Amino acid sequence: MSRETLIDLLYLFSATTFVLALKGLGSPKRARMGNMTAAFGMLVAIVATFFKYVDGHPLHHVWLILLAMFIGLIVAVPVARFVKMTAMPQLVAIFNGVGGGAASLVSITEFVHIKSTHPATYVTLEVLLGVLIGTVSFSGSAIAFAKLQELMTGRPVTYPGQQVINGIVGLASLAVIVTILVTSSTPLLWVLLALSFVLGVIFVLPIGGADVPVLISLLNAFTGLAVAASGFTLGSNLLIVAGTLVGASGILLTRLMSKAMGRSLSNVLFSAFGSNVTASGATERADGRSVRSGTPQDIAILLGFASRVVFIPGYGLAVSQGQHVLRELAEELEKKGIEVFYAIHPVAGRMPGHMNVLLAEANVPYEQLVEMDEANSELQTADVALVVGANDTVNPAATDDKTSPIYGMPIIHADLAENVVFLKRSMRPGFAGIENELLYNPKTTLVFGDAKDTLTKMVAAVKAG
Amino acid sequence: MGNVLLQYATVLMLTIFVGIEIIAKVPSILHTPLMSGSNAIHGVILVGSMLILGEANTNLQEILGFLAVILATLNVVGGFVVTDRMLEMFKPKSAQPKAAAKEEVAQ
Repeated sequence: MSRETLIDLLYLFSATTFVLALKGLGSPKRARMGNMTAAFGMLVAIVATFFKYVDGHPLHHVWLILLAMFIGLIVAVPVARFVKMTAMPQLVAIFNGVGGGAASLVSITEFVHIKSTHPATYVTLEVLLGVLIGTVSFSGSAIAFAKLQELMTGRPVTYPGQQVINGIVGLASLAVIVTILVTSSTPLLWVLLALSFVLGVIFVLPIGGADVPVLISLLNAFTGLAVAASGFTLGSNLLIVAGTLVGASGILLTRLMSKAMGRSLSNVLFSAFGSNVTASGATERADGRSVRSGTPQDIAILLGFASRVVFIPGYGLAVSQGQHVLRELAEELEKKGIEVFYAIHPVAGRMPGHMNVLLAEANVPYEQLVEMDEANSELQTADVALVVGANDTVNPAATDDKTSPIYGMPIIHADLAENVVFLKRSMRPGFAGIENELLYNPKTTLVFGDAKDTLTKMVAAVKAG
Repeated sequence: MGNVLLQYATVLMLTIFVGIEIIAKVPSILHTPLMSGSNAIHGVILVGSMLILGEANTNLQEILGFLAVILATLNVVGGFVVTDRMLEMFKPKSAQPKAAAKEEVAQ
């Protein structure tokens, strides 16, 4: 067997592990194994590549390659290992962005390399698509990262004529692509690079708040497609398979995510959702209605008399790092014979499934986590629904108010419970920036303050009581 | 040349269907790990980055290739480590009491 055949067989092996890994990631039991499988397949592919011949000679610059890998390794491991769990979404964003950047660089370099051989038009087209998609993913992810890391406002950024300007930049990019196809001019390649960069930025700016995770998923799919395009250029089945897998599954995943929010993908991408927020910090609204607030001790007594309590956690819980205290509260209540479970909205937290990860990290037993539909039927018999740092996911406007921007989003019906308790920092609306009618419901009691502080006080009060 | 393109296009088409089919029934709690895991998989661009640095014969190609390998390594390593950390949280129950007990001792 020739060297090249052996390497191709190893690549085939890697591609197979990627498919198996994605399959494994679909079930809680096999997910971790799946990830390990893909990592092993990746290692095999990388080692095999060191023995590959390009243009009839072994790889040049092996030491440079090893040095670059070493630099990447010593940066990535500590960052990935020690960043807080609440910061996961922006971490995924940035690691996705660098992948897009790499795909773009590969395409550019390949263009410079093969240009002298007068490549066929379709080869140039693959290169240009790789540059376009890869760069959009790179700069888009960078902005998404900045939004999630709060380096800039997390809300949509809008300006007059935004969609027209975006359209013009998009069309200009396509025009440059066509021109390069005809003239195969290298300077224009740099123009395309710059245009793609700008396109990524202005595409992401109007997307904000809870929509950013959906956006990251889409950019993830983009990077996959850019990798597939590089695969065409380099003639590598491995890159085509891996890139296309990620691209196709990523686009489907993006659609599943927007569906979980009751919205269409185009609505997520182009509607600048939540930009016209006129959030008032006041506890009273214009019509003079006020809310009822209570102390942690009041709530502890209320909980003590309950037989069934539902926790509805949201991102505010994660921000205050209150997961562990919440679990403690659950344990104290269980000691008194009170039944406790957690109702998890699919988009609670900042990414779908984020809340499950955070609660699992706090050692909350897996079987106490109940998904939305089941939670809604259980809530009817619950005595207290304790909403911790969630807002939009329990907002009845999603079912009642046809004019509300979140109308149609499936919610957890906290209002079905006998009593509703909100732990909130202030009266400010949630991510989507919409008033929550439930706060004014006569059943509802609000406890203002940091979720973790309030929960700690409640644990103490329950213990004492 | 045309035949090679056709072969790649065949692979592309079939993979699209595999990609869609394979994640159609994923529960929503695994959406985040799935996104993160597929993020790591597109880090396979590292193989492409190695090839272009390995065939570079001008300074420009060397610089771009070098950068590409760094970025792609970040993608691969960061992607897999982050995913593993997320999935660690979903470990089976038998491992849980130990961790909880340890924490109580610490407190």
